[in-house]
Amino acid sequence: MKKEQSISAIKDGSVIDHIPNNVALKVMDILDLKGIRGMISVATNLSSKTMGKKGIIKISGKDLTKEEVDKIALIAPHATVNIIKNYDVKSKINVAIPPTIKNIIKCSNPNCVTNNEKNVATKFYVLEKDPLKVRCHYCERNMEKEDISLL
Amino acid sequence: MNFENRDIISIHDFSKDELLYILKTAKSMEKNPNTNLLKDKILANLFFEPSTRTRLSFASAMEQLGGQVMGFATSTMTSIKKGETLWDTLKMIQAYADVIAIRHPLEGSARLAAESSSKPVINAGDGANQHPTQTLLDLYTIQKVKGKLDGLHVGMLGDLKYGRTVHSLVNALSHFKPTFYFIAPPALQMPQTYLDELKENKIKFVIESNLMKVSKKLDVLYATRIQKERFADPIEYEKYKGIYKLDTSLLKNIKKDLKIMHPLPRVDEIDKSLDETEHAVYFEQAANGIHVRKALLALVLGKVR
Repeated sequence: MKKEQSISAIKDGSVIDHIPNNVALKVMDILDLKGIRGMISVATNLSSKTMGKKGIIKISGKDLTKEEVDKIALIAPHATVNIIKNYDVKSKINVAIPPTIKNIIKCSNPNCVTNNEKNVATKFYVLEKDPLKVRCHYCERNMEKEDISLL
Repeated sequence: MNFENRDIISIHDFSKDELLYILKTAKSMEKNPNTNLLKDKILANLFFEPSTRTRLSFASAMEQLGGQVMGFATSTMTSIKKGETLWDTLKMIQAYADVIAIRHPLEGSARLAAESSSKPVINAGDGANQHPTQTLLDLYTIQKVKGKLDGLHVGMLGDLKYGRTVHSLVNALSHFKPTFYFIAPPALQMPQTYLDELKENKIKFVIESNLMKVSKKLDVLYATRIQKERFADPIEYEKYKGIYKLDTSLLKNIKKDLKIMHPLPRVDEIDKSLDETEHAVYFEQAANGIHVRKALLALVLGKVR
């Protein structure tokens, strides 16, 4: 019941639920929400039966798309996104790791051009999803989960 | 097959049929001089890192086809020194040239250059990553001296950890059902990702540190230099330099038609005494670079279809 209330607290927009407690602000960063004019609220340390503690982000006046949402899959693999219309849940999106990951993670190869030239967006191809394994579009090195860090 | 305006960045970008088509074009380049094929075309040879063979071979290939060459052989004389990005450099160069060859110390630089340039870009070596024209000339040489590419027993010797020529050649030969023998001390063995890939593709390979244990099985022995410039620690380099030295004592223990290759420059991996034997094909291999580079220049400029 409590969860229902937190979701319906915005009239139109998106609610991202089941975010691991420590990455809510990073999710804000990745979704690049700075330009949005509507109200954005971030809640952390909420109790969750499945996760212990979790975070929620509510964004008024913006419907996130599947493509946008998938960007957060790397740090919030179990996040769900509810699109709200007139206080009702219009649709739900489960995040999934996209086939290419653009400008979210850093290449672990110090000699990669993306770590040395100015303004080069990183791009990785997902080879395996679980455990995550990616290949750099530029230097062609493979990275596994333990080498992957966010930009 | 149409290669017009295509970038040549990584051996991964090419299918087996495309590789064979490039080799076929190289063969026709070797037969026919085509002296005016690239008349009025300009190659920009952008070498941000030293190279003799590759740079001169690109220049010679272009000039033999009637084209012109401009460029630089070191980045110290360019605006890179003033802080210009690679992206901007390429945006400028594309206005001056019809095709661009680039050698750069950073991995992924050639891919980035190709994204910046509207003119076709050929990777002449990006750090420890790819050197596709070397790989193609290696394939061309193997095909020429062995008469085939399929089902060969290929030994790779020396620095298999850092050697990009070895990595790319393993990728390319994997299309042709080879058996590989990776001969190196454990610290310089093939990186695990390559071995995993081979396993996935059900390609047979043997890991060995003693050449003599496998030398009799080989159709081709691809020797490489222990590359000083890839070692962060000079003490590590001292430990491994000169670990393999091929000389005439090898000849007792090989197949009659073994061919010995080397991307050159050699330091002391292959003794001069082997040069005059019928096994040595490394100078021919270097010469084949011309045919392959002529083929690629003609293909990406749309003059061969």
